[in-house]
Amino acid sequence: MSGEYHDSAVRPYVLTQGRARPTRNTVGLDTLLVVADAGKPLPPSATRQARDLLRMFGRLLSLAEAAAHLRLPLSVAGILASDLVDSGHLIARSRIPEAGRPDLTTLQEVLNGLRRLS
Amino acid sequence: MGSAGSADRYLPDTVQQAVKILVVGDFGVGKTTMIGAVSEIEPLRTEETMTQASVGVDDLAGLDGKTTTTVAMDFGRITLSPYTALYLFGTPGQRRFWDLWAGLGEGAVGALVLVDTRRIEGSFEVLDQLELRGDLPFAVAVNHFPDSTRHSPQALREALDLEPGTPIVNCDARSRSSSVDALIALVKHALATQKGPS
Ligand SMILES: Nc1nc2c(ncn2[C@@H]2O[C@H](COP(=O)(O)OP(=O)(O)OP(=O)(O)O)[C@@H](O)[C@H]2O)c(=O)[nH]1
Ligand SMILES: [Mg+2]
Repeated sequence: MSGEYHDSAVRPYVLTQGRARPTRNTVGLDTLLVVADAGKPLPPSATRQARDLLRMFGRLLSLAEAAAHLRLPLSVAGILASDLVDSGHLIARSRIPEAGRPDLTTLQEVLNGLRRLS
Repeated sequence: MGSAGSADRYLPDTVQQAVKILVVGDFGVGKTTMIGAVSEIEPLRTEETMTQASVGVDDLAGLDGKTTTTVAMDFGRITLSPYTALYLFGTPGQRRFWDLWAGLGEGAVGALVLVDTRRIEGSFEVLDQLELRGDLPFAVAVNHFPDSTRHSPQALREALDLEPGTPIVNCDARSRSSSVDALIALVKHALATQKGPS
């Protein structure tokens, strides 16, 4: 169950060429991403994980969902995705996560949306 | 509930923003159950490495050839409007996980704390953390199990030593409408906190 420790077969250090954190903190787990230009090729040196990630974002999805579908650790997916944003392959659509709270308009919209469900 | 098949896993192209709510609580209080009850996608699971959050980058260099300890988190999604998607992230509430999820609260609407009245002491740590943090609005949802004794909200409020402004609601994590109501209580509280003089 969630919360239990277990061993991962993926080694973040290797997959991300030694970086443990994104170079820029622009991609969070709830960042929505989509491919920028489907025709733009990746460099031959791109890892399989980066290719898989780019393919996964053929349509709009959050980083967390892409990571889960590809069974990539969230941190690894985050680093790969920020690289793909930097290289112009991916577009981050949702607002960049900030330390602040969602504004009143957003909160009201969330409340209205939930009320429509209940 | 939608299937997680690739055909309908994607968001409508009109969605422009994502918001998130944390569902926290002790082991087995019903976090995964609640996320499954309200999510439009089959709940998904992702994991984060513990070493990465708790040690420096230099130490990671020594990990080559070893495996990494991870902790899992599950989550679901509700497309609330053509413009906005809500993500619910379920995370264990124990103190040792809080470093790991420190970033998770950033930009979140707030946290819904699930409590099992048969083991309310299992909720003390996470409530302490949230009160200490002070920056993340939270509400308490009491998840009822068949053998739980019913307590009045006031008695539970005292037992949990909640601050007067913290909402406390009853819920059944297996029920979509009941879980949605608990989320509504949290969002109303987040709105009031945002508007209020505090
Ligand atoms: N009767 C009853 N059973 C529930 C309710 N919510 C959860 N359960 C059951 O309680 C057990 C634990 O629920 P989970 O949703 O897995 O709890 P969790 O918080 O995700 O647990 P961990 O991820 O292990 O920390 C499951 O067997 C559920 O079916 C509830 O409202 N009523
Ligand atoms: Mg769970």
